[in-house]
Amino acid sequence: MVFVVVLAPLVVALALLVVAPGRRAEALSVASSLAVLAGGIALAAATVHGRVVHALGGVIRVDALSAVMVIVIGTVASLATSAMGRTLVVTADPASRRRAREYGVLVQVFVAAMLGAVLVANLGVVWVMVEATTIATTFLVGHERSRRAIEASWKYAVLCSVGIALAFLGLVLLYFASAHAGAGPRAATLDWSGLRALAPHLDPKVTRLAVGLIVLGFGTKVGLAPLQSWLPDAHSQAPAPVSALMSGVLLTVALYAILRVRTIADAALGVGFVRTLLVVLGLASLGVAAVMVIVQRDLKRLLAYSSIEHMGLIALATAAGTPLAIAAALLHVIGHGLVKSVLFLGAGEVHHAESTTTIAGIRALLRRRAALGGVLAAGLVALAGLPPFSLFASEIAMFRAEFSVGLGWAAGLALGLLVVIAAGLLRAGRQMLLGPGEPAPERTPRRAIAPLVAALVVCAVLGLVAWPLASLLHAAAGVLS
Amino acid sequence: MTGLAGAVIDLAAVAVLVIGVAGLWRRDLRALVGLLRIQGIALALVAASTAATQHDVGLGVTAVLVVVVKAGVVPTLLGRVARSDPGARESAPFINVPSSLVLAAALVGLAVVVGAPLHALAPGRAAALAPLGLATVLTGYLLLVTRRRALSQVVGLLVIDNGVALMTFLLTAGVPLIVELGGSLDVLLVVVVLRALLGTMRARLGNVALDELRELHD
Repeated sequence: MVFVVVLAPLVVALALLVVAPGRRAEALSVASSLAVLAGGIALAAATVHGRVVHALGGVIRVDALSAVMVIVIGTVASLATSAMGRTLVVTADPASRRRAREYGVLVQVFVAAMLGAVLVANLGVVWVMVEATTIATTFLVGHERSRRAIEASWKYAVLCSVGIALAFLGLVLLYFASAHAGAGPRAATLDWSGLRALAPHLDPKVTRLAVGLIVLGFGTKVGLAPLQSWLPDAHSQAPAPVSALMSGVLLTVALYAILRVRTIADAALGVGFVRTLLVVLGLASLGVAAVMVIVQRDLKRLLAYSSIEHMGLIALATAAGTPLAIAAALLHVIGHGLVKSVLFLGAGEVHHAESTTTIAGIRALLRRRAALGGVLAAGLVALAGLPPFSLFASEIAMFRAEFSVGLGWAAGLALGLLVVIAAGLLRAGRQMLLGPGEPAPERTPRRAIAPLVAALVVCAVLGLVAWPLASLLHAAAGVLS
Repeated sequence: MTGLAGAVIDLAAVAVLVIGVAGLWRRDLRALVGLLRIQGIALALVAASTAATQHDVGLGVTAVLVVVVKAGVVPTLLGRVARSDPGARESAPFINVPSSLVLAAALVGLAVVVGAPLHALAPGRAAALAPLGLATVLTGYLLLVTRRRALSQVVGLLVIDNGVALMTFLLTAGVPLIVELGGSLDVLLVVVVLRALLGTMRARLGNVALDELRELHD
């Protein structure tokens, strides 16, 4: 089963090298994403009671946490690939066809790299896969080949590679510490479970240095402030489906690495060190997001800063670190993945229809394009953390968990910033959605709207009933405690 | 550690840092790429000598990989870009050369302080050299943030990577081979991607310095 999951995007990537861009290529892309989603559900069923699935001689190690991440990747990828045909203009020009092909292949490679990151046992290989996502997405960010797109993709590739180099240095130090943990140099390991077993014997000084570097390094890729400067550029310049994948799931794949390392660090150093680090990064992210959301004039950049906000919230919950906090954070990862993909894809449709994404340039969408406007309205309400969507439930649960470990002050600050951000989002929504207008002659096709509505419905249902996810999320949180 | 191999490791490890600092000094882009090639060779020498003293086959493979990727393919790829650029000089770094050399000296000091726990945990000759790797990493960062040319930034990124690699050879005789292979492939692909991006940049925008790319802001 694991192989189906990992191989689906790789096989389709190879197939897309020969299949001409068009309907058939799109169908293949969607099929691959749906296979990943199905595989994720099967893995969840296999791991929900605490079993760990190994494959490829121990290279692959799947527990409930990995399964949750595979499901998120599959879901967001299904949404994103279903919209790929809408944003891709293929003309008879060979250059345009070549780029369309490159686009399809790279999206599949990107998805495969994310899957690799959450399915492998060795933290060094996790690192390799996360860096591979940067490589695959650099061209996707620059797909438009405009001056701005090129600027964004250069910044993205250099800053993320440099940031993540820090994480590799940290992993090397962790490996070094494991070689001197009293079990002899042969026990040196970067396997997550091996490191966890050795954790109480790791040298605290070296481990502190290592974990600090790892959190900052992967934190760059998560987009945590003050390491976020690449994010709004990359997420706003990329084509909509790529933005959806990057914002909706790539950020949390990088966060997944931090979640794993936190368990080792807590056993070696006590909970204080990573907690302090993540509280600082989390609050800084919320602060940056609050300021930038208020002054924002572009819809896609607004959504990008909102991603920084939500990563900040998840970082705070990770800082709290109790099983309830982690379960809530994972529910937030799922909810954010759904809603942010819907909004980026919606923004793509807006761009398609109105040829702009500036907030001032979009008017009276609810009147002029009722379906698209409705999707955006519901998405913004969800993103602002209002009921009935699951982000509301997960935010409440995360704040409660933070209070329970004495981080009430941080939760209070975060809540204040959240109100500011929600006000900014809703104000932007009002500007774009409300007002008088006549229905536009051409409508957004139902085929483009239906997946977005479905995702919003799922998000609302998850907000009302945690079933069937509750046991899986608790199993995943249990893996980390 | 036998005498000769130990001496080679000492010398080569020092060379990696010195070449990194020399990168701060040179503004000719072709010279910068040349330095990168020599740094790759020095790095491979550290790996090969360590492999010989510890009879470590995996590390021997890694040493070959380092020669091929870091002293061979990568500098060759970047060298072509540098040669095709008529004004292949760093226009004016954000910090002038003497100041950046002084800063580099301060960074070396910082590396020694930060690296102290490493030596404390594993008293021995190799771990004592580890601050050289840290200092190389910091030098790479300095190169990256003070230069305006895209190519210099790529060199900075690779100097950082070489510094990290030096740490792995000195501290743990390399990381597991699967990680080493994946990491080398990543480095190679990053260079390929950035080089292609450089090509697009030049084709579309001409020879701009990076600080002229300022369209994206809030």
